[in-house]
Amino acid sequence: MNAVVVDGVWKFYGDYPALRNISLHAPPGGCLALIGRNGAGKTTLLRTIAGFSRLGKGSVAIFGDSPRESATRRSMGFIGHGISVYDELSALENLTLYGRLYQLPDPQGAALQWLERTGLDRVKNGLVREFSRGMRQRLAVARAFLHGPRVLILDEPFTALDDRAIALLQTLLRDALREGKTIVMSTHQLREALELATHVALLNRGQVAFHGPRTPEMAADPGWVYARYGEG
Amino acid sequence: MVKDLRAELRTKEAVNASLSFALVVLVLFSFAFDPDEDTMRLMSGGLLWIVFAFAGALLLNRSFARELPNDCLDALISAPVPGSALLLGKALANFLLVLTVELIALPLFGIFYNVRWTSQIGELMLVVLLATWAMTITGTMFSALTVNIRLREVMLPILNFPILIPALLAAMRLTSDLVAGQPITADTNTWLKLLIGFNLMYTTVSLVLVEVVLVS
Repeated sequence: MNAVVVDGVWKFYGDYPALRNISLHAPPGGCLALIGRNGAGKTTLLRTIAGFSRLGKGSVAIFGDSPRESATRRSMGFIGHGISVYDELSALENLTLYGRLYQLPDPQGAALQWLERTGLDRVKNGLVREFSRGMRQRLAVARAFLHGPRVLILDEPFTALDDRAIALLQTLLRDALREGKTIVMSTHQLREALELATHVALLNRGQVAFHGPRTPEMAADPGWVYARYGEG
Repeated sequence: MVKDLRAELRTKEAVNASLSFALVVLVLFSFAFDPDEDTMRLMSGGLLWIVFAFAGALLLNRSFARELPNDCLDALISAPVPGSALLLGKALANFLLVLTVELIALPLFGIFYNVRWTSQIGELMLVVLLATWAMTITGTMFSALTVNIRLREVMLPILNFPILIPALLAAMRLTSDLVAGQPITADTNTWLKLLIGFNLMYTTVSLVLVEVVLVS
């Protein structure tokens, strides 16, 4: 069974079809890189896969279940464009809150462990609004990984990250793949993404222009997919 | 609920705005009308609940809007928590914040208008609790509904107040009598039942519909 299956998905904003009959899948332990120009529908598709956005037609399944099922949500980690942590709370309070929402047996213990892993343990009681951009991004990464998700849905995870956060995220993603977790990520940073990807999907104006395994040509030349299957 | 209260207590943005608004309106009304004792008995319920409703709207507007910076709403929706639990937590936090503003404004109303409002305090508090819950459960639901609308600060009162008319009417009638020292009688008990019925109906409807509202 595939970890993520998108089958004939359409999504409309008014009359405009943002996604047109999208079908693709990600195998368990695989990393699907969604690439495409701005406005191609990558974020809309990821939000649909994550269950934030209602489908026009078609279906999405995470390990065979709807993304809105409680058990499915427990198995998903999401990093979107925002960091999804509260400025008025401390780093520890933020992660403990999410630990409680995901019903972890020891929310504070898990929070402390991830603060240490992301190098934020020294500032655990500092309010997020006082954090630098890099620290906020590392906290966002900790939030997404806190509950040990089986499927990671990442919307341009490398965008606006500082060097330290990029290195941390790449390490965590490699570890996740080694542990058999599934990653679906959209990105413009082709080099970083294609290093990790096992599969690639190119979106063009809401449609799948290419979907298949990552080939050596793609890894050697990140622009190859665009040149071969791109919009022209 | 704890997260919302903690965040609000650290910034005090919404509570300060709401409380200041309530005090300004109470002061302006006292200058504008200078009512005598009999007139005050008649209008006390209406005045108080108009102040509470508008001051409450300032607090309720912030409820789901607080989740917008940093896209926290996405993280909340993706957590394995039913939408009804999220709504209930937020409504309880709002209830406590609105109640705090009301309990500060109420004695000041007594001072500005020279009204002894404490003679039926037990029944008055019951009405305040019921009507405040009516405001907060519908207001929190509409806060979720309007969270992604650009003019949400305007839209929330426009949507919420018409729905609230039966509850506000009941609260106004009961409050006017109670502030005047008259207990709830068999005649006025109907308004209390209306308030309870309103709360039961809108709490149930909100808890059932919130999941649909949150996923657009």
